[in-house]
Order: sequence, then C-alpha cells, then structure tokens
Amino acid sequence: MLKMRGPVGPEGSGVVCECDDVFLTEVQRVVSVYKERPEDLVQALHDVQSLRNYLPREALRVVARTLDVPESRVYGVATFYSMFSTSPRGRHIIRICESAPCHVAGAAEIINSLLNELGVEMGGTTSDGIFTVETSSCLGVCGVAPAIMIDDTVYGNLVSEDLPAVLRRYR
Amino acid sequence: MEFYRAHVLVCGGFPCVAAGCRAVRGEIERSVKEHGLEREVRIVETGCLGPCDLGPIVVVYPEGTVYSRVSVDDVSEIVGEHLMKGRPVRRLEYTERLPSVSQADHKRPDYFGIQERIVLENVGLIDPDSIEEYIARDGYLGAGMALTSMSPDEVISAIKASGLRGRGGAAFPTGVKLGFTARVEADQKYIICNADEGEPGTFKDRLILEGDPHKVIEGMIILGYSVGATMGYIYIRGEYYLSIERIERAIAEARRYGLLGHDLFGSGFSFDIEVKKGAGAYVCGEETALIESMEGKRGEPRQKPPYPGTCGLWGKPTVVNNVETIANVPPIVRNGADWFRQFGTPTSPGTKVYTLTGDVNNKGLIEVPMGITLREVIYGVGGGIPGGRRFKMAQTGGTAGGCLSETHLDIPMDYESLQETGSALGSGALLIIDDSHCVVDIACALLRFFEHESCGQCTPCREGTRRLHDIFRKTRELAATEKDLKLARELAGVMQASSLCALGQSVAVPLFTIMDHYADEIEAHLEGRCPAGVCRPNPANADESAYETLQAGNGIR
Ligand SMILES: Cc1cc2nc3c(=O)[nH]c(=O)nc-3n(C[C@H](O)[C@H](O)[C@H](O)COP(=O)(O)O)c2cc1C
Ligand code: FES
Repeated sequence: MLKMRGPVGPEGSGVVCECDDVFLTEVQRVVSVYKERPEDLVQALHDVQSLRNYLPREALRVVARTLDVPESRVYGVATFYSMFSTSPRGRHIIRICESAPCHVAGAAEIINSLLNELGVEMGGTTSDGIFTVETSSCLGVCGVAPAIMIDDTVYGNLVSEDLPAVLRRYR
Repeated sequence: MEFYRAHVLVCGGFPCVAAGCRAVRGEIERSVKEHGLEREVRIVETGCLGPCDLGPIVVVYPEGTVYSRVSVDDVSEIVGEHLMKGRPVRRLEYTERLPSVSQADHKRPDYFGIQERIVLENVGLIDPDSIEEYIARDGYLGAGMALTSMSPDEVISAIKASGLRGRGGAAFPTGVKLGFTARVEADQKYIICNADEGEPGTFKDRLILEGDPHKVIEGMIILGYSVGATMGYIYIRGEYYLSIERIERAIAEARRYGLLGHDLFGSGFSFDIEVKKGAGAYVCGEETALIESMEGKRGEPRQKPPYPGTCGLWGKPTVVNNVETIANVPPIVRNGADWFRQFGTPTSPGTKVYTLTGDVNNKGLIEVPMGITLREVIYGVGGGIPGGRRFKMAQTGGTAGGCLSETHLDIPMDYESLQETGSALGSGALLIIDDSHCVVDIACALLRFFEHESCGQCTPCREGTRRLHDIFRKTRELAATEKDLKLARELAGVMQASSLCALGQSVAVPLFTIMDHYADEIEAHLEGRCPAGVCRPNPANADESAYETLQAGNGIR
C-alpha cells in the first residue's frame, strides 16, 4: 500500500499526520462494520475521526472503497458537517458557541480571553498540538452560558479567570 | 423492593454535569458510606431539575429540600446534619421548593406554581437509567393500552382529538400528519424522532432524552403502531454525548424487557429503534435534510412536496416528529384527549416546554400551559431581570423566531397570538434581553448564525445571509445608510419568497420584527449614534468615501 506522510498542519502548528500502513489498517478495521452500507457514511466518519481527531484524505479513500460510495461523495459529506475536519487538529477540540444566547451572556469576552491564553486564532491549533479552537452554533448548554466544550466535557458559567485552571487539566 | 428512609437526588442533566455534579455525587456516596447510611439512604442521579443556572442541585426526599450550587466541600454538612440528624442545612437551601414525590402530580407550589408538567412529569424525579422506575410511574401503560385495546385508527383519532401540534417549530397538527401516513399503502414505513435540536437557546430535547428516555421510546412505539411502521430512528446531535449514551442504554433495557422487538404486548406488532448520530449542521433539523443525512449524504433539504409523510426515508412513508411532541403522546393515550385539553387554550392545547436564557434570574427548563403571558414567564417563573435592569426584548422560538418588545409582555403565548405579532413559538427557546444590549448588535449575532448555517444549496439563502450580515455589521460600525437598510428589507423579502427551505425563508422573521419594533434605535445608528452605547465606529472605515469605493469594487451597491 502507498506509504505517505502528511498532510502536515499549518506551519509551526506541531501537528503531523502519518498516514502509514498501521493507521490505514486501523481505519480499515473501524469501517469494516459498515461494509457496503453507504447509508452509514456519517457514522463511519465519526468512528474514523475518533482515531486521529481528523479525516486524512487517505482515510476517506478507504471509507469510500469499503462502503462502496464515490470518493467525491465521501469528501462532500466530510466537508459539510462542522464536527468533521479534513485538516489536522490538536489532541483536544475546544468548541465555543457565539450564538445570540451566549452572546448576550458575554461569550465574546470569553472567546477573546481563550484565544489570548492559547495564542491562536479562531480555528487554529496551538503550537504544542494540544488544542484546536472551533466555533459551534449552539452546544445546547445555553442555560449555563457562557460555556465551552472540551471534547465531550462542558464547562459552564465561565468567567475569564476560570480558563487557565480548566485548560491546565489537559496540558 | 428495598425500603430507604431517604432519597438523595443529584441532578445529572447536562448543564449540571458541566457544573460538576459528578464530583458532588461521588462525595455524597463516599460520605454516606462513611456514616454507615448506605442501607438507609439511596442516591439517585436524575435528569434535569429545571433551574440549570443553579447547579449542581441536590434534592433530599421525603422533605423535598433543594440545595443549589452545592460544592464538594458542602457535602459533609448535608450528610452530617440533614441525613444524620434530620436538620436541613439552611445556608445551602434554595428558597423555593421542588415538588415532593408523594404530592399530587399536577399541582405544584411556588416556583413550580404556574408550571404544569406533562412532558417533564418524570424528569428530575426518576433515575433515567432505571426502566423499573419509569414503569412504576405508569410507564409503558399508554403503549400497552394502545397495542392491546385500541385500533391504529382509534389511536390516531385520540391524538387528533387532543389537538396536539408539533413542538419542533412548524406546529403542524400531529394527528393529521399521522393520518396522512396511515392511509398510504407501503411495504415499509418509518418513524423518525427529530432530536437534532440545533436552534440556539434550545436544550429541552436534550433534557427530555436525558431525564426520561423511556417516554420517548414509548411515544415512538405508539406512533409506529398507529401508522403501521415497524422501525424507528432517533436522529440525535453528535455533540449530545450524554443523551446518546442514555438513550442507547434505555433502548437496550426496553429490548431486554420485551418492550422493543417482536410481538410487543402479545399484540403481534413489532417495533425496534436505532440511534443515528448527526455531525453538526443546524439545517439537518429540517426534516428532509435530516432524511438526506440519515441516508449518508450531505444534509441538504429536498424540494417539498413530496412530503416525508408519503415519501421520506428511502422513499418510504415516514413520520418525523420532535422529541417533545413524541413525549406528549403516552400521557394523551393514557389519560385521554379531554384530559389533555384541560391545559392550555382551545386552539393550542397542552403545555409547552421552554428553555429560558439570557438576562433573567432563573435560567433553565420550564413547562407551562399554553397561553400564559410573557410577563408571567419572565417575572413569575423566570424571577425577573437581574441587576435592576429593564426588560428590552424577548426572542421567542430561537434564532429563527421573532422579537417581542415591552408592548407585547401581556400577549398570551400560544401559536395564534404570537403569529399575530409576526413571531412564533418555534422550538421553545426564550431569550430575554435587557436594556444594556443594542438590537443592532443582537441582529448581527443572529445573522452571523444564519450565514454560517446556510447549507449553500440555494442562491437566495447562501448569498442573502451573507449580504444581510454585511449590512448589519456596517450598521453596527455606524456606517450604514438608509439605502442599506432598504436593501436589507428587500433582500429578506426575496429570501422569504424564494428560498428552498424554511432556513432561508425564516431569516425575515427576526429581522423584520427587530426593524419594526426598534425602528428608532436602528435609525439612530444611521446618524452615528448607538443609544445603548454598544456599537462603535470601525477606525478602518473612517474614510467613508474610500469604504464606498471598496464596496463598489466588490460589486455591492
Ligand atoms: C432549518 C430548520 C431547522 C429545524 N430544526 C429542527 C430541530 O432541531 N428539531 C425539530 O424537532 N424540528 C426542527 N425543524 C422542524 C422540522 O423540519 C419538522 O418540522 C419537525 O421535526 C416536525 O416535527 P413536529 O411536527 O413534531 O414538530 C427545523 C426546521 C428547519 C427549517
Ligand atoms: S446558544 Fe450557546 S450553547 Fe446554546
């Protein structure tokens, strides 16, 4: 099988993907339960993404072959949904909501503090490869806004001063 | 069943998990053991108890004492004083009381006074992971009655007679929808529970699923029986990790009890449910986009008609209903249509679950009869506006809902009355905004959302949402002209008339209501003034004419 390295994350992002045989075999194993079941494309992509936190091009090819769908469609789906990423991301995904209810509760301030604290722009990955920050439309935690979600954990009723302690748990 | 002297309920709804209830629960368990009370006191993790902002919440029964914002350090005092010596810890007590389990189910004191709980009857009172507790509270009775003693037509007639309307936003009469699908001949039909809940400010479906998952399963069984569908799907947001976990456990339990699978209740009717995860796209809440997504495609809405009721998943007749709509079905079947109609108004019977957010003292989940006024919600259940601020605006129904001003405070909250104001009940989101905010800034936040969530399939929506956001950003920078705002109106009108799905069509709803109800405030921005003091000029466009030239270069008038 084709051995390939990369794609590599944005310069200095510290994120490197090695699409080696070991990884692709793992992808193959994960998607084999969806063999020839095109309707499970979204579920298959969830499973594949859980391996490396993003969907490398080579992995999409494996998914296409296994589920028996055109690669173009796999790519179309992978780029449509906001939970999927086709470029490398950090080890932990920080999602933050800036919709109206969170905006009213002061999300803008938390966003600024968070980006400052991490030294990245929205959508960026920290240089140590630990965090990627993304916006999300609504996390359904508006009752404790402003809130951030790190992977599957929510931190609510935040003030800027809470952020360093929250982030430290992941470093 | 073993007898326990006291029950300690720890709220395990999502917001409280966020606030740290897991740690508190662990500490209570440890402390109870340390005091040797584990055979006398039972600890239960429940669904959301309502006032999310106050979590973690701990309730001690039989007294019904509510402790709010409990920290790990408070636990030893609660266990030592309350559970050991029977002396509630006043310092931590939430002043308003939650219902006690032994009390009659439908009348509640104080904070819960104007609340009526049909959908949420069990949420916060039972352990959602325990099917036995659900069954003990009349769970699966409705399904049993429907399958063994009613014909499918009788079930549909009962739902029609109840006047239940869809709680997902469009408010379509549920019984009528079932009737359409029941009449179609097909080898396979489907029930889909729409748990995509992407509307900002809405988190009711999550808390229903997490607090009382079996009720949704029971509702789906009844719907399946009524139209002749043998397979159901729950399409749930990928980000709702806890809900997915709970509902999957509940489905497995129901199967183990023979309440899902072959030949339910010995009636010969078979039904099963599968969970499908979404992956983050607001538009997938739209029923046809949801179906596309379930078929493994991009979530782009289909042209309607045909409606899913006749041609849905895999081209088969499919009933798509919201979580809250489905949760209303078992109580209606169990208690009858007349019982349901005693709540709410004649044209909007029943209750509505709202999620209260923004500038209000009690944020969180409430269930009130249809037809109570906005004032009662904000100043009654909501406990008023914090910080001595004044009410300025309420947005009902989420981002796609309309905005109401102070003059609308006494309008009854039901489908018809809100429609008259140009707004809608929508998903039940209620965003309260005080006078420290500027409506133009809020409009920008709403338009940013639409721009981001437009699926890009049709031109009016894809381009329109961008241009509208541009115009309102310009207004926020105090650089817009009368002409810009006229263009905004025209654009929103075109989108309303020609967008493919309700996402693009509904942008006009918040926009027009804001522009109509707050015309003076918006006008001031054209004169370079923001009355709320929120908006500032952008130094980058200090040179007006250069800005105009730039815009012209971009092909914008
Ligand atoms: C952009 C858009 C988003 C929607 N999101 C949801 C949603 O998150 N949940 C939901 O139940 N209905 C949503 N709907 C409404 C559904 O299309 C559909 O009307 C509803 O699921 C029908 O169920 P009901 O009759 O029980 O309300 C949305 C509609 C549109 C246009
Ligand atoms: S609006 Fe931000 S989490 Fe819901």
